[in-house]
Amino acid sequence: MSGISKAFPGVKALDGVSLTVQSGEVHALVGENGAGKSTLMKVLAGAYRADAGQIEIDGSPVTIDGPRTAERYGIAMIYQEFNLVPYLDVVQNIMLGHEPARGLLLDRGAALRTATAVLTELDIALPLDRPARRLSVAQQQLVEIAKALVRKARLIVMDEPTAALTDREIDALFALIRKLKSQGVAFVYISHRLEELPLISDRITVIRDGRTIETNPTAQMPQDRVIRLMVGRELDARFPDLPAVDAGAAVILAVQHLSSASGVHDVSFEVRAGEIVGLAGLVGAGRTEIVRAIAGADVPTGGAVDVDGKRVTVDGPHTAIEAGIALITEDRKAQGLVLGMTVRENVTLAHLDAYSQYGFVNRAEEETTTVKEIAELRIRTPSTEQLVRNLSGGTQQKVVLAKWLIGRAKVYLFDEPTRGIDIGAKAEIYLLMVELLRHGAAIVMVSSELPEVLGMSHRILVVREGRIRAEFSKAEATPDKVIAVATGVAA
Amino acid sequence: MAHDVQAALEASSDAARAKANRGLVIRTGAVVLGLLIVVVAVNGFSHGTFLTPGNLTNVLRQITYVAILAIGQTFVIITAGIDLSVGSLIELTGVVMAQFANAVSFGGFPLVVATLFVGLAVGCFAGFINAVPVVKLNLPPFITTLAMMLMARGLAFKLGHGQPVPLRSDAFENIGIGFLLGGQLSLLGLPGIPIAVLWMVGLVAVFAVVLTRTRFGRYVFAIGGNEEAARLAGINVGLVKTMVYVISGGCAAISGLLLMARFGSGSPNTGIGFELQSIAAVVVGGTSLMGGRGSVIATFLGALLIGLLNNVMNLLQIESYTQDIVLGAVILLAVVTDELRKRYLVR
Repeated sequence: MSGISKAFPGVKALDGVSLTVQSGEVHALVGENGAGKSTLMKVLAGAYRADAGQIEIDGSPVTIDGPRTAERYGIAMIYQEFNLVPYLDVVQNIMLGHEPARGLLLDRGAALRTATAVLTELDIALPLDRPARRLSVAQQQLVEIAKALVRKARLIVMDEPTAALTDREIDALFALIRKLKSQGVAFVYISHRLEELPLISDRITVIRDGRTIETNPTAQMPQDRVIRLMVGRELDARFPDLPAVDAGAAVILAVQHLSSASGVHDVSFEVRAGEIVGLAGLVGAGRTEIVRAIAGADVPTGGAVDVDGKRVTVDGPHTAIEAGIALITEDRKAQGLVLGMTVRENVTLAHLDAYSQYGFVNRAEEETTTVKEIAELRIRTPSTEQLVRNLSGGTQQKVVLAKWLIGRAKVYLFDEPTRGIDIGAKAEIYLLMVELLRHGAAIVMVSSELPEVLGMSHRILVVREGRIRAEFSKAEATPDKVIAVATGVAA
Repeated sequence: MAHDVQAALEASSDAARAKANRGLVIRTGAVVLGLLIVVVAVNGFSHGTFLTPGNLTNVLRQITYVAILAIGQTFVIITAGIDLSVGSLIELTGVVMAQFANAVSFGGFPLVVATLFVGLAVGCFAGFINAVPVVKLNLPPFITTLAMMLMARGLAFKLGHGQPVPLRSDAFENIGIGFLLGGQLSLLGLPGIPIAVLWMVGLVAVFAVVLTRTRFGRYVFAIGGNEEAARLAGINVGLVKTMVYVISGGCAAISGLLLMARFGSGSPNTGIGFELQSIAAVVVGGTSLMGGRGSVIATFLGALLIGLLNNVMNLLQIESYTQDIVLGAVILLAVVTDELRKRYLVR
């Protein structure tokens, strides 16, 4: 792949990326969250079409315009979330889309023979008649690999293959990869676990901000060098100055030994009035789960949450909202907004009791508040009656903010507050956070953009596997230190 | 400055509301115009029998029972649910109400009120039962209300021993077949306004207000539009969903009362197919089965359109098989044009 570029509205996801993979090679692809790894792989798999650039296979240029074309060229993707049909058994999943047939009928015998042949060749034992949903994660992964081989894949892309595996399962997976490698199969291996790269990869490519930074043999890429290349940039000055937290400022949010079924383990921390605490970590580390448990979006299984010194029994979003906790969710379209409703209806949705008497909604009051918020947050909408669906991402995010601001919460939990919005809107949202601090709010911010966490937090907590692993003040935090803890290189 | 922004916004808000309304106005306008042409033509073909006050009153009375069901159905469908049990709930509540009315010793207006409350209790309770597995276990309402449809019909037959239960009291005659202003309007050649039609109009008005002006109504739309966002906004999603099925069951009970009053008996097979007709009225009215969108008034217009179509085809002596084909085609046409309109006009 050379010179691949891909832009999404407002974001240049890939900017001339090149990647060469030789047969029988395991090529590791590393980069921060949002560096462009997934986008690049989706271009290769035919899920996206590149705006510019060229893909060559065996030296001749090809056009990959869909998943089926990618498959024909021998490219197989194994995503983090597997693509198995839960109710079909192992054989049926392996043969999916390639079922041998006799006339109009499926040839089950042939399917079984083909699947067994592939599995025997790989020396894998799997319960052939068990439905996929009852397989372990490691077994599901093996089914994915077998599926790729039935399709005669010559290049297998694996996204975070070891994320959910035990050490023994990882050893088995690596043995399998080495075996396939010796048969000439090439791998693109995407991983955040830098410590495993020397064990399995031949070369490492680092990408950052949609560009290829460097490709080198693994032997020449010690871990600290990889981290430096991943982080790379200087922190830019696009963040506003954070007002210092008063020495005597009250603790607004106190989280004690919080746990939840969604994977939060014994999390404790405090946030004071006028303070932003950033939660850093890799995607899937449990940061979102922590703020969701505080806000009652997932009901906690243990621990306690105090707001302004008062214990909050968090048994659902309703109680958290009443206690003054606002959760600005990560995925505004799926969780933050009702897209088919107007700006006005979305703004008042969480506090409609304040805008109604005897159950009747007072539209005039709603209108007044919404008009005020539109002016204050500079929400770019033609009117209060515009459907939120028709607004841009940054504007939608401001509507979400307005929805929580009108409730005058004490604690704001921002989950990826600037994801997918343009730079101008980002700056406005940062300023708004500072404004909230001035009014004595406590803020917790989850962000996968390292510069954002470092630039917009008074303190940074690094989360890995649902636990807080380290705490840094703004002064001590550096990208290298945070990444080292987040990837498990340092404790 | 702030004032200017405010003024400009208010002006543009009005403009946007006008624009939003314009869609509805155009739709309604097109329907009315189309109807007008059809009406004139039909009137000619039917030698003047269509455009008589008597005939038009009749149409209204015929649609009353399905239209009332369709009001509750509208609430359910806006939350992206469905209620298949309403047809049999008409029957169950009808039989129970008739037996109750025959069993008590008082009569007159108090009897009607008491009977209505008995019916509402049965209908609303059935709606509650419909909602519990939907809310607690996230089961599809298609299944839970299908089960209720069978159970309620079976129970209605069992209670009535397979026979209609004739009403002994004459207290229900008025709401069944009575007219308001019969004397005054007879001068205009009208038999008066059927009492049952007044019930329908009243219910449409009340529930239109509930849906568009109350907090509950807003929550109904929010849940249909994005249930997770509604939950995270602190809305008690389970309660609101339960309420829509209870409302639907209650509407079935009122419809059951009016039908029982009209026939002078509570009968276990009067509601067959009514659930599908009510869904048809909702859909023809433009409410999306995907949830999040809809209107009680539009549902009423949908029921009216279907009623007029039936009436016209009867007057033109089109045989009933052909009528079914035409009705089916109209329903399909309604949803297809609605989808196309959404795709190419709104964006």
